[in-house]
Amino acid sequence: MDFLNAIVALSNYVLIPAMSYGSQLALGALGVTLIYGILRFSNFAHGDTMAFGAMVTILATWWMQSMGIGLGPLPTALLALPFGILGCIALVLITDRMVYRFYREQKAKPVILVIVSMGVMFMMNGLVRFIIGPNDQNFNDGARFIISARDFRTMTGLDEGLAIKTSQGLTVITAVGVVALLFWFLNRTRTGKSMRAYSDNEDLALLSGINPERVVMYTWLIVAALATVAGVLYGLDKSFKPFTYFQLLLPIFASAIVGGLGNPLGAIAGGFIIAFSEVTITYAWKKIAIYLLPERFEPDSLVQLLSTDYKLAVSFVILLIVLLFRPTGIFRGKSL
Amino acid sequence: MNETVKNTLLFAVVGGLILLTGVMQSWNAALLILNMGLVSAVMAIGVNLQWGFAGLFNIGVMGFVALGGLAAVLVSMPPTPEAWSAGGGGIILGLLLGAGTVIAAVVLHKRMRPGPGRALALLAVVVIGFFVFRAVLDPSVDAVEKVDPAITGYLGGLGLPVILSWPIGGLLAAGAAWLIGKTALGLRSDYLAIATLGIAEIIIAVLKNEDWLSRGVKNVVGIPRPLPFEIDLQNDPAFVERAAGFGLDPVTASTLYVKLGYAALFLIVLVVLMWMAQKALHSPWGRMMRAIRDNEVAAEAMGKDVTRRHLQVFVLGSAICGIAGAMMTTMDGQLTPGTYQPLRFTFLVWVMVIVGGSGNNFGAVLGAMLIWFLWVQVEPMGIFLLEVLTSGMSDGGLKSHLLESAAHMRLFTMGLVLILVLRFSPRGLIPEK
Repeated sequence: MDFLNAIVALSNYVLIPAMSYGSQLALGALGVTLIYGILRFSNFAHGDTMAFGAMVTILATWWMQSMGIGLGPLPTALLALPFGILGCIALVLITDRMVYRFYREQKAKPVILVIVSMGVMFMMNGLVRFIIGPNDQNFNDGARFIISARDFRTMTGLDEGLAIKTSQGLTVITAVGVVALLFWFLNRTRTGKSMRAYSDNEDLALLSGINPERVVMYTWLIVAALATVAGVLYGLDKSFKPFTYFQLLLPIFASAIVGGLGNPLGAIAGGFIIAFSEVTITYAWKKIAIYLLPERFEPDSLVQLLSTDYKLAVSFVILLIVLLFRPTGIFRGKSL
Repeated sequence: MNETVKNTLLFAVVGGLILLTGVMQSWNAALLILNMGLVSAVMAIGVNLQWGFAGLFNIGVMGFVALGGLAAVLVSMPPTPEAWSAGGGGIILGLLLGAGTVIAAVVLHKRMRPGPGRALALLAVVVIGFFVFRAVLDPSVDAVEKVDPAITGYLGGLGLPVILSWPIGGLLAAGAAWLIGKTALGLRSDYLAIATLGIAEIIIAVLKNEDWLSRGVKNVVGIPRPLPFEIDLQNDPAFVERAAGFGLDPVTASTLYVKLGYAALFLIVLVVLMWMAQKALHSPWGRMMRAIRDNEVAAEAMGKDVTRRHLQVFVLGSAICGIAGAMMTTMDGQLTPGTYQPLRFTFLVWVMVIVGGSGNNFGAVLGAMLIWFLWVQVEPMGIFLLEVLTSGMSDGGLKSHLLESAAHMRLFTMGLVLILVLRFSPRGLIPEK
């Protein structure tokens, strides 16, 4: 019984939150890695792109809520998501046309593009704060839980409850669907193949008649969609606040680099590695230890390796270790 | 119009803008802009050293600035004897153990052969070291933080004159930069960027959470000042008399006097650093740096140790940022970790350097003064602009929303300025020669 309770507590506090956080990071890291693979620079504006897409979705959600449109138990934001994606696509395409294309034609050094993306980040950040304000926005509606802790307890008779939030379930399901779609696109369609070819060897791709501007445009479309989905899922799961999206930049980049920049599979693996490490290292294991250990050994302290305020430090340390021992990432991205 | 005249004119324009603030708003506001402008100019010299001279992409300026601020607390605040006796020794021992664990791991990694044996030994050292470190540190931290938490609850500082914290802040930042540089330099430039971004966030997280060190988000206030307090000046009959001689009331005169004092101190630091940076730029060392920046492979072929030189310039530039941070905290008289924002302390400094002209020290200083002026003044200008724009609209949700959001215009404006400069004048206002 104690053992089962320990497993339930572990799932409730560690596995499920880490799964959904990992999916969100993976979606974010996929966007970063695609930009890196095709446009060949680290896009610092990615966090704020996510915030922008999520913001448009939130505005559409509010409009739908005021019109009385809803999805029953599911959050209305799902219906509003296409609007968010369209808004985000418009934004990134305009940005690309007005800002990045110039440097692409000049064949500017990547570091210049990184600085430019910093400027874009400033502008997007200002835009989001200007439109929706810097505060927390809640836009989650529908049923709060797929299964609540109390229902689980009455169902199984265990002491520990297992709660799965709707947003967590949705995050994982959506992420799986989006990733499957992305890989199907990259591996099976003509456009996807031309993107991979362009990323792999630009000169050879150009020689075989691939239109680089088209590849770049498709990349931005996909990145905008991924960023919006990631931003909305994160906003549903936690809450929407423009500044937190800027702070997501570090774990997202850590995921992309740990997996290997430019490698989509790596981005997904990296997202889960970072998420699971963050959650396990900052979780207080006391509860689980009490179930598993004999009474004499029960700990007095929280058995928490690091306080949750140091979440960022966890992704940072993993990033440093990977950079030191395997600079191209676990899945051998295209770097150096 | 030759170059010197043009540059002098540019500086005159910025000076004129600040004077205009004095005439139009108040001299206190103008001096406030001038003082923070000078501090920003020091930061800009540091970033220019790294980016302009050596092409290193450091976006962790905020962290080094915050370390400088920490130095101001550690140097100048009076020590808390009760806290030291409660857990000072334990904390020092804990920190030494922590450092010892890291050093042991590094030595082990260097000495042992690669293989599973080394991995296991490393893991054992790190895990055991971490738990010993926590076991020694945690009780002492609790004891220290329980000592009169409303007023102290931290170890306090050394009680030395606060000016000393400026060089010490530089040293602290240099130490952190050395650690980061050792690990992340020599990798691709984006990796250095991510690593510095991360370390800056972690330094802020430490300052916010380690109450025993600098009271965390409870803030350290009342840091001793190198200059007299306004209230003392107002009670000093000689000062009041002199102020009356200028036709000023004592309150205004005392605030202006203190701000002018800071301006003079900052100007001395700026001039010294500027002189050193100019000497460095025109020395063989500076030429070597630029050669490395422009073509690493060629420089390496000429026998230059690129990674070492990068480490050197990275440490120097970060130290200058640390000095600026200590100066800023000294002027504020308080350390408030909650106010350190990357957009304000890292990216804004970058905008300053790029707008001013990367690779040119005078450009960096000019950019710092100009951008700081804009940063302060864009907000009232934005509010004014929106008031004009919305004056025709009927009162309602949209109008009040627009007026409320005007404060966020400055981020947008700074991004726009950065992108426009990079596009149309990538060499900045005062280009590198």
